[in-house]
Amino acid sequence: MNKTLLIASLLSTALLFAHNAAAEVDSARQNELLYFIKHDCGSCHGMTLKGGLGPALLPETLSAKPKDYLVSTILEGRKNTAMPPWKTMLSQDDAIWITEQLQNGSMQPTKLAKGRQAEGKQAKGKQ
Amino acid sequence: MIRSILLSAVLLWSHNSSARGTGDLGIVIERADGSVQVIETTTNSSLGRISGLGDLSHASAVYSRDEQFAYIFGRDGGLSKIDIINKKLVKRVLQSGNSIGGAISQDGRLVAVSNYKPGGVKIFDAETLELVADIPATYGTHDQLSKVIGLVDAPGQKFIFSLWDADEIWVADMSNVKKPQIKKFKNIGRNPYDALITPDGRYYIAGLFGEDGMAMLDLWNLDAGVKRILDGYGKGEQKLPVYKMPHLEGWAIAGNFAFVPAVGRHEVLVINTLDWTEAGRIKVHGQPVFVMARPDGRNIWVNFAVPDNDTLQVIDTQSLDIIKTLTPGKGVLHMEFEPRGGQVWASVRDEDRLAIFDTETFEQLITFEAKKPSGIFFTSRAHRIGL
Repeated sequence: MNKTLLIASLLSTALLFAHNAAAEVDSARQNELLYFIKHDCGSCHGMTLKGGLGPALLPETLSAKPKDYLVSTILEGRKNTAMPPWKTMLSQDDAIWITEQLQNGSMQPTKLAKGRQAEGKQAKGKQ
Repeated sequence: MIRSILLSAVLLWSHNSSARGTGDLGIVIERADGSVQVIETTTNSSLGRISGLGDLSHASAVYSRDEQFAYIFGRDGGLSKIDIINKKLVKRVLQSGNSIGGAISQDGRLVAVSNYKPGGVKIFDAETLELVADIPATYGTHDQLSKVIGLVDAPGQKFIFSLWDADEIWVADMSNVKKPQIKKFKNIGRNPYDALITPDGRYYIAGLFGEDGMAMLDLWNLDAGVKRILDGYGKGEQKLPVYKMPHLEGWAIAGNFAFVPAVGRHEVLVINTLDWTEAGRIKVHGQPVFVMARPDGRNIWVNFAVPDNDTLQVIDTQSLDIIKTLTPGKGVLHMEFEPRGGQVWASVRDEDRLAIFDTETFEQLITFEAKKPSGIFFTSRAHRIGL
């Protein structure tokens, strides 16, 4: 690999990373996504994300996993499991944002369990 | 002496005059708040709320045979016994880490809970909620534990359930509580996701997630083993993503036809119950979740998975046509018919309300407030096998 190519590839990786690190999801969409995680992901993973038919989605189980892997799991599903691809309902940015929330624990069950009030605060905190 | 007898007679009388029957009562699960609302269907009103029941996402309920008590099975492994007349929590036990549903025995004395974690079935004394039997769902060579789904009661003091990870159906005879007799049926098909029992208590049928088809057990002929029905109903076609597991509870049966949700497909499957072959498919609005027959069997009502969960469709069981499409609002999670079928209640989760429909005119009669409502359970379930 020549130098220019290396720099270019590093740069694009950095850009990709920067992009991944701050998914552009506006606060209205964030609220929708929080609701979606709680009730629709929750139908298999549990409303408090402690697991159900699907595994737990808590920071303990997810923080060590590569972010890209989780994003692609959300969008593309997992073969031979009950996890469907959600790309018809969620954009790449949505999936990145959801992954961030799940990995850093801002979706803690206690916060989730408090319902809409907490969801509102949560969304504001991310702006 | 006479005075005290008179006095107690008066007291007894005044107590009785406030008593109320329970045949028109029901409960609505408020999934996010850990509460249930007690409702009545004579004038369609709310009678109060019972709180403190834990995580009620995906919660379900069964009734004691006197219809005074309901047993609520919460997602967090909580089993709660509530008194719907006095509207109070009687007892609550946290019996596992993660549970999915339950059943009450034929004699009304045992309540069974099916658990994801640790995988298995626990059986409790219906009166005290004391544990009377623990049945771990062990399988494989290393005693792995399987998630358990599709738990129902059956005649002869039996509980029947399926093992999601192990591809098995187990029949537990609880005639002797101290010595449960368990009969296991293996290799029934990949990943049973839910199951039902016919209203006569004869056939137990598990839907398969991992294969196109269903596994059927004739409880009158256990030695015949598990038979595959509707085998390969989607073979050769592209597998579709499933956004919510369909439910098989609430057997939709009309004449010789049974109606079940297809997995992933926008179809309701029609089964001929005389020979258990496919009798047709009905194209519907989305992925069906609940496919429920009005008690007279003339119509079938269907709700759907996201993103189509704002809609209900009604199928005529004679013509197999869709005769009505309703849009009660976002997040229609469950329906429950009045025992004689004149009205149906639907929970509209995202709009925090219940919608009640006339099942002849499809007119929406009233709606009323409920916090993130999901399951609706009327007391008439107390006297039906498998509910």
